[in-house]
Amino acid sequence: MWQFFHKLGSPRWFYRISSAVLPWLAVITAAVLISGIIWGLAFAPMDFKQGNSFRIIYIHVPAAFIALAGYYVMAVAGAVFLIWRMKMADVIMRSAAPIGAMMTFISLFTGAIWGKPTWGTWWVWDARITSMLILFFLYLGMMALAGAYQREELGSKAAAILALVGTVNIPIIYKSVDWWYSLHQPASIKLTAKPTIYADMWWPLLMTIIGFYLLYALLLMLYARMEVLRREQGKRWVQEVVD
Amino acid sequence: MMHSTSRAFVAMLHRDLLLVLRRRLDVLNPLMFGFLVALMFPLGLGPAPDKLALLAPGLLWVIVLLTCLWTTDGLFREDFEDGSLALMVLSSQPLYFLLMARLFAHWLASGFLIALLAPLPGLMLYLPAEGYLALWLSLTMGSVSLIFIGAIGAALTVSLHNSGLLLGLIVMPLYVPVIIFGSAAVQMAVQQQAYAAHLMIMAAMMLLAVVLAPLAIAAALKINLDAA
Repeated sequence: MWQFFHKLGSPRWFYRISSAVLPWLAVITAAVLISGIIWGLAFAPMDFKQGNSFRIIYIHVPAAFIALAGYYVMAVAGAVFLIWRMKMADVIMRSAAPIGAMMTFISLFTGAIWGKPTWGTWWVWDARITSMLILFFLYLGMMALAGAYQREELGSKAAAILALVGTVNIPIIYKSVDWWYSLHQPASIKLTAKPTIYADMWWPLLMTIIGFYLLYALLLMLYARMEVLRREQGKRWVQEVVD
Repeated sequence: MMHSTSRAFVAMLHRDLLLVLRRRLDVLNPLMFGFLVALMFPLGLGPAPDKLALLAPGLLWVIVLLTCLWTTDGLFREDFEDGSLALMVLSSQPLYFLLMARLFAHWLASGFLIALLAPLPGLMLYLPAEGYLALWLSLTMGSVSLIFIGAIGAALTVSLHNSGLLLGLIVMPLYVPVIIFGSAAVQMAVQQQAYAAHLMIMAAMMLLAVVLAPLAIAAALKINLDAA
């Protein structure tokens, strides 16, 4: 058990294991994501009110899920780094930030594209959109802080503290923004309740959500591998890998 | 005989208030900054009293938010550079309480005064008479939250030069709940509706910030001291 825990912190071990996992993960991700998107875009029934424009949810909703979950991945990695000084946790935290920010941006951008034909405007100050925008800035702030330090390790520690402060704050921010204004339809996907969207639309959505989670894992792994190689560039094993 | 931690708390408070008194001009800077920002709104929006009165609760809160944010930059820098901070960390007293004293003194010299003087720009922006009590109460409590949260950003950037914009970038998203409830309280008061619930939420946020923020600040300062 402790040996495994110890190994988890070793960049070299991570690189070796991830090399073995990577091809499988890539194939599964591509299969789930591509079939989910084709199903959603081409075969799911058209919405009777919104027509075809609703189909953007097959990108928008999964991206929004990942955007929020990604912040917690980053914060947990940051906490592990602060507590156990594990190098790999730092690598994961640093890699999770740009991916999460990108997903937040995708969900905001697709939301704007959907909003134009549906609401007649690119931007609405609705509770969930506003929360997403704030989340986007939380990601950017963390990246900016991590990058501002000359010594990489200090930047990581400072960013980890900020990520933890953010975790305490995010529920408060969400609740207060929710309270501030809500114009969206009530949340339609809950894990406990029966979904209120039509099943033929729901299944491809579930598939793209799973696909996006896989994509997230894949991207995180690729980023982390790159980061590991960059940090350990003087080490002999890296020389061997590169040659 | 007082407990030694509370003596350290009082000593810290005494030192910081003394520093404030010796540098009275520094206290004026944020107040002037706030007035200048308030001056920009009528120039940008036009002088129509009804329009300004409608916007006044939100505008006043934005002004105070920016002013409080701006006062926290450099809050720890001087102590960091001359080594006092290292001594505070090394002392046998918990850094947590020393920081609380430090921030309380800072709040008295900034947030408290800003809230006290906010009715002046309020008059200039034609805030209706019903709003002043709510404005003062919400700003007094809200400025505590703003300063304690802002200090986290100040501690995280203490060893960086040109940290001003970075401080704003990392702190402002965390200010969202404070400004939402603060300006809502004033708006409710202007519309002559009950705003006690808003003030209670402001009080809860203030207490949470006072109790939790020094933990993050202490951790951030220790990290930066390792750098030096």
